[in-house]
Amino acid sequence: MTGHPPSRLAMLLLAALVLALFLLPWVAGRYPIYLAIQVLILAVFSVGFNLLFGYSGLLSFGQAGFFAIGAYGCAKILLAVPNLLLGLAGGVAAAGIAAVVLGILSVRHTRIYFSMLTLAFGMMIFSIAWKWRDFTGGDDGLVGIPRAPLEIPGLLSIDVSAMGHYYYVVLVLSLLAIAAMYRLVHSPLGLTLQAIRDSETRAEFAGVPVRKYRLIAFIIAGLYAGLAGALLTPLENTVTPPVAHWSTSAEPVMATLLGGVHSFAGPIVGAFFFFMIKDVIVRYTEYWLIWFGVIVVALVIGFPGGIMSIFAKRRLPWRPARPSSTQPDKPAASQRHDRISED
Amino acid sequence: MDNFAFQGLIGLSMAMYLWLISAGLTIIFGVLRIVNFAHGSLFMVGAYLAYAFYGQMGLPFWLAIILSLLGTGLLGLVMERVFLRRIYGIDEAYQLLLTFGFILILDDAVKIIWGGVFKIPPIPAFLDGSWPVFGRSFPIYNAFVIAVGLAVAVGLWALFEKTWWGRTVRATASDREMANAIGINVPWVFSGVFAFGAMLAALGGAIGIPVRVVAPGIGAAMIIQAFIITVIGGLGNLKGAFVSSLIVGVLSAYGTLFFPVFELFFIFVIMAVVLLIRPQGLFAR
Repeated sequence: MTGHPPSRLAMLLLAALVLALFLLPWVAGRYPIYLAIQVLILAVFSVGFNLLFGYSGLLSFGQAGFFAIGAYGCAKILLAVPNLLLGLAGGVAAAGIAAVVLGILSVRHTRIYFSMLTLAFGMMIFSIAWKWRDFTGGDDGLVGIPRAPLEIPGLLSIDVSAMGHYYYVVLVLSLLAIAAMYRLVHSPLGLTLQAIRDSETRAEFAGVPVRKYRLIAFIIAGLYAGLAGALLTPLENTVTPPVAHWSTSAEPVMATLLGGVHSFAGPIVGAFFFFMIKDVIVRYTEYWLIWFGVIVVALVIGFPGGIMSIFAKRRLPWRPARPSSTQPDKPAASQRHDRISED
Repeated sequence: MDNFAFQGLIGLSMAMYLWLISAGLTIIFGVLRIVNFAHGSLFMVGAYLAYAFYGQMGLPFWLAIILSLLGTGLLGLVMERVFLRRIYGIDEAYQLLLTFGFILILDDAVKIIWGGVFKIPPIPAFLDGSWPVFGRSFPIYNAFVIAVGLAVAVGLWALFEKTWWGRTVRATASDREMANAIGINVPWVFSGVFAFGAMLAALGGAIGIPVRVVAPGIGAAMIIQAFIITVIGGLGNLKGAFVSSLIVGVLSAYGTLFFPVFELFFIFVIMAVVLLIRPQGLFAR
């Protein structure tokens, strides 16, 4: 997760991939482009989520709340003012404000209590989306949201109503967001978050304001969720309450787990495989979730490092479940296992 | 006033389903330190098995419930011994993820077996009908549910306070290392407790079938309710789970009556406030 700069080969592959993504609309039809947009949105969502989960050790089950605020915020703006940039910026800003408020409260806890608290906050947002009919349209949601032009008054105005055009908006913004996150996790901020994750006590002794750093991670994850949600609105032209439900919060969790928690690219690779697996299974059976469940169980039991761990040069040891001051480097797995082993 | 009291009685019967599912959840957390995300799905499996034995095969109602408990208990045993056992050592996030995987599997499995359409089997004849209470007619079935819930509460209290088995489980919960040292077979206590918790969830699901809807989504809906209750009562606190089930059940009965729009919202507000102010639960000693 940390450390060595990417090799020249990796850089070449990355450049080829980005080029291929830019060329995609020339070779692919509407449906693959639609799917690619979905993958990019989930990638942004998951990369933000993994700053909290993989890098900071905080499992949030309420990210759908910020995703929904981004989506609804963008929708409300686009319905009033048809300006895409304004809609996206408004959605992200609204999600950011919510993340500040809920983050201050959430980072008071860690571990299971953090997960429970974020679940409660996410479901509060869901119940608002579902019940506040005058503002959110209730269970019908908001409909007829335009894929408004990309417009800066006096400077430029680009029509992005075609799927292929909108794809470029999503592609550019996702790549920028992912690149920014890459810089961020390799900055002192990212390293500090990992230090806190590995040993809160040690970080505190070193003078790190632990809670403040966790709050920063929480807000950034909220902004990314908001961006992902805001990007979804012009694609679908509607927003409905299920975007705020906890099952939406589970999507970045699954993508991240699938790709690998302990690698920067994990959530992105996972987002790709999430939609590929879903797309393939749905062709054969409507019961795709059962296979997803089987994959999740198999991954947790057999391959907790995700797809990216296959490529990893070395497997990182497990983060201790209960950091102990006496043997900080011994994986907790063996400690705990000794305690409850069969006899 | 009568209306108010009557609604409270309706809330009390709703509280009993919540109590049965959260009792299992909180016992499992108390002993295994695992938050079983799939506990709602065990509630759902219990409901479907009871439906299969009672509604489809036509077995007597009580027999269907017992078979459903045994079936779900067996499922819980398999989940614990084959899967959960392997990940006690690693980060608890993976326990949530693993049990989340079970939700996906069980939800679709019941759809494949029983279809996506909801079912309501008939109320057994001996529990059908109603009694006049507060000037209105109170279904006998609701009284039956309240009786079962209270009986389970008393039974659990007796089990944990008065029996050797209960003492063994409490010893394991408070210090598993020491329990191991004095000869308690801790792995089997874990399995037993998990299966027992699954059976409690199944009981909640099974007795609900004639009056609640048997549908694939009920597990996901119940687990959120059960989380709310176990959090308010304190994770691992059985008495707390009972009291907060009563509070949430009765409050939501009044909530749906007086301010239906914000009922769900306020329940999550209560959950968040408790987590922030008293994460150990309202009823911790």
